[in-house]
Amino acid sequence: MLVKSGVLMAKKELEILLKATKINKSFGNFVANKDIDISIAKGQIHALLGENGAGKSTLVKIFYGVLQPDKGSIEINNQKVTITSPNVARKNGIGMVFQHFSLFPALTVAENILIALDKKIKFNKVVDEITKLSKEWELFVDPLKLVSELSVGEKQRVEIIRCLMQNPDLLIMDEPTSVLTPQEIKNLFKILKRLSSSGCSILYISHKLEEIIQLADKVTILKSGESIASIDARKTTTNFLAETMVGKKITELKKTIKSKSKNVAFEVKNLDKLKDHEFGISLTNINLKVNYGEILGVAGIAGNGQVELMEILSGEINCEDNNQILLDKLPIGKTYINERRKLGIETIPEERTFQATVPNLTLSENTFLTYFFKYNNTKNLISNLLNNPQNSIEESTKIIKNNDVRCPEINPLASQLSGGNLQKFILGRSLANNPKVAIFSQPTWGVDIGAATAIRQKLLDLSQNGKAVILISQDLEEIFELSDKVCVINEGVLSEIFDVRDITATDVGLLMGGKNKKNNKMERIK
Amino acid sequence: MITFIPRVKVSKNWVIIAPILSIVFTIFFGLLIFTFLGYNPLETLYQIFVSPFSRIDRISDILVKACPLIIIGTGLMLCFKSNVWNIGAEGQFIMGALLAGFIALSFPNIETKFFLLITILAGFVGGALWAFIPAILKTKLNVNEILVSLMLVYVAMLFIDFIVRGPLRDPMSFGFPLSKPYPEGAIINKIPFPGIGFLGQLHYGILFVFLLVPISWIFVNKTLGGFKINVLGSAPQAAKFAGFKQNSITLTVLLLSGGLAGVAGVIEVSANIGQLQPEVSFGYGFTAIIVAFLGRLSPVGILFAGIIIATVKLGADNAQMTMGIPKVVTGLFEGILLFFLLTGETLQKYKIKWSEGK
Repeated sequence: MLVKSGVLMAKKELEILLKATKINKSFGNFVANKDIDISIAKGQIHALLGENGAGKSTLVKIFYGVLQPDKGSIEINNQKVTITSPNVARKNGIGMVFQHFSLFPALTVAENILIALDKKIKFNKVVDEITKLSKEWELFVDPLKLVSELSVGEKQRVEIIRCLMQNPDLLIMDEPTSVLTPQEIKNLFKILKRLSSSGCSILYISHKLEEIIQLADKVTILKSGESIASIDARKTTTNFLAETMVGKKITELKKTIKSKSKNVAFEVKNLDKLKDHEFGISLTNINLKVNYGEILGVAGIAGNGQVELMEILSGEINCEDNNQILLDKLPIGKTYINERRKLGIETIPEERTFQATVPNLTLSENTFLTYFFKYNNTKNLISNLLNNPQNSIEESTKIIKNNDVRCPEINPLASQLSGGNLQKFILGRSLANNPKVAIFSQPTWGVDIGAATAIRQKLLDLSQNGKAVILISQDLEEIFELSDKVCVINEGVLSEIFDVRDITATDVGLLMGGKNKKNNKMERIK
Repeated sequence: MITFIPRVKVSKNWVIIAPILSIVFTIFFGLLIFTFLGYNPLETLYQIFVSPFSRIDRISDILVKACPLIIIGTGLMLCFKSNVWNIGAEGQFIMGALLAGFIALSFPNIETKFFLLITILAGFVGGALWAFIPAILKTKLNVNEILVSLMLVYVAMLFIDFIVRGPLRDPMSFGFPLSKPYPEGAIINKIPFPGIGFLGQLHYGILFVFLLVPISWIFVNKTLGGFKINVLGSAPQAAKFAGFKQNSITLTVLLLSGGLAGVAGVIEVSANIGQLQPEVSFGYGFTAIIVAFLGRLSPVGILFAGIIIATVKLGADNAQMTMGIPKVVTGLFEGILLFFLLTGETLQKYKIKWSEGK
């Protein structure tokens, strides 16, 4: 399988495999793709770059037959095709690895691949085929293992093998590295490069600039649904890509030298928490400490207990022992979230809509959501009884103004804001409470660069003003850019805390991949 | 495949046109069905839609019939808004009526109407206690409240049947399963209008509705409690993040809705029956579920929905009495009406898209 003639390699860049012309797609009044032209050469690694909401996913879904374009045509090998379904896409040699995997956890690897095949093959033959492919492409995975037992990286390999079984000419990968450790990313890139030199084209979607420079031959940049540039990726710089993608100069973060305090602000001691549902993560012996004026970065791949840790740090769930969490050396383990807010601990959960905010409520109502107690009047019971969201309009207007939250109308619904603006609002709402300790989970996840920079600056400002910040993030660049101290969470276990100058991204990557399991002896990291 | 796509903007005109169109479609299909079954279609429509409004005493009967529906529906609104599925209001209605009846019959000579305050309170407690069972099971053991509340309806029905055949049977009832009549102090009187007298069955219980609707509107829209219910219903995670205690909200809405159903039971029995009998409710608790949703889970909407449903129910009774149209046929017609009303409302908010493929 997948033996392409070497002649193709020589002709690389010349022969066009897929050519799309004037692709248009709207959802209601929202234009997701507008007159997009793109052509992918045979054996080319073609990156599709753009901020969230730029229309990348819509475009590839059209190529894979999940969505139909309103207008526009697609040619494959100079022949016009209509891709009405993923089935048709696969028949035309297009395979896709989705950002969110579509595997059945209760089935084995081989079974998962078998049911996805268009042709019917005997089970044993599928197993053989998987073994052969995984050897050939160094995509090591045991065909008889249950998918639920696989790591995220392994699941991705299964998805890739599944595509390779169909012997594709074009492999579409939607943000494949967002869930991988640096080591896994390196491996993936090796495989993709080998694939491309064997003649398979790759359409690689990402918003990470470094990756694109490293990997791609060509890059097409989308902005607000339009293709604004198509350039040679080997002759460009990250800065140029970033500025083209955002459409303006990126402001650098302002870091001032800070006087560090030796006062411990917030401390967690020997905290254990059993998972409360089947797919949860149990927290084991969590210990952490953050001083005033410091940012503690907690790195880790999503789904390793960050959500559970956040619930317990915020006070949505209580500790068993009051002494397991200390604020200024005072035990607060058994206080609930609103009492902690009153004490000056502000948390922002990972889930922006439905947890940090309610989408079908206005911003003022969403301000009321977490600060209703501020509007309580202890003297007048009647007015207390009628304490309602209207009381918070003044405050929410202030938050919107001070944090440059761009709203389509005065006091809009939370669902009307873009991810970045909503996050700026959520952050502003927390800052308005003037916190001593701020605990933020994935604050810039899925946020456009402009907003992300603004948010990071606010975090830096907080620590520079002497506040303690805990930053839980899966974005390693962000962790290294902002943090003073770093630790890693893996399967509910927190590593020891390192000074950011004493540890490299590679070391953190190893920890993220589980190199500090409790039963192993802790490796020394230099 | 059919997909529903939310409309970007709900057209103001359609908010008015949609219900009118729904009625037109209902009438059209009603005409078809009645003709097909061999009834005079115009006459039937007249009986169902017009005759309930044809005399002032009949209009007051609509209010009487709507009264328990609106009271129960308002309670259910609180549950449904917070994603708690109490469908056992029928049972809570019965238990409210029963407990109030027990208190009333324990004081056979009481005459003062202040006693009504006690029986109504007893009704609230009776209904709330019955709702407390699914509430405590749900909050402590995570038992599904739909099943428990529904099953308890049948327990309540059999229980009242047992009580009026046994402990509370009037020895003078010649073997009929009836309790003694309520004392004067536990009876809700009809409202006398100067110069006209009584208007049908219109009784003082209706005042409770006029009190309840504005109070519940203020509660839902203007208080922290109403806000909590709203948040819990639309985003439970956010309720947790805000520090609202999910279990106490669940418990509160179940107790309130059970209590209100119980009060509806007291008013119904004290105003219209005057003693306990095996059947005190005529499906009010179930019909009120439709009323709550038809009223879009808003207090004012429920007021109107209650009146609409009561009208059609009375109209159906009229058609049955004057033309001998069986209940199943008028029931079918009610179904068509609901179908079109709800379709109209859905289409205001969503566009339908037919797409090819699987």
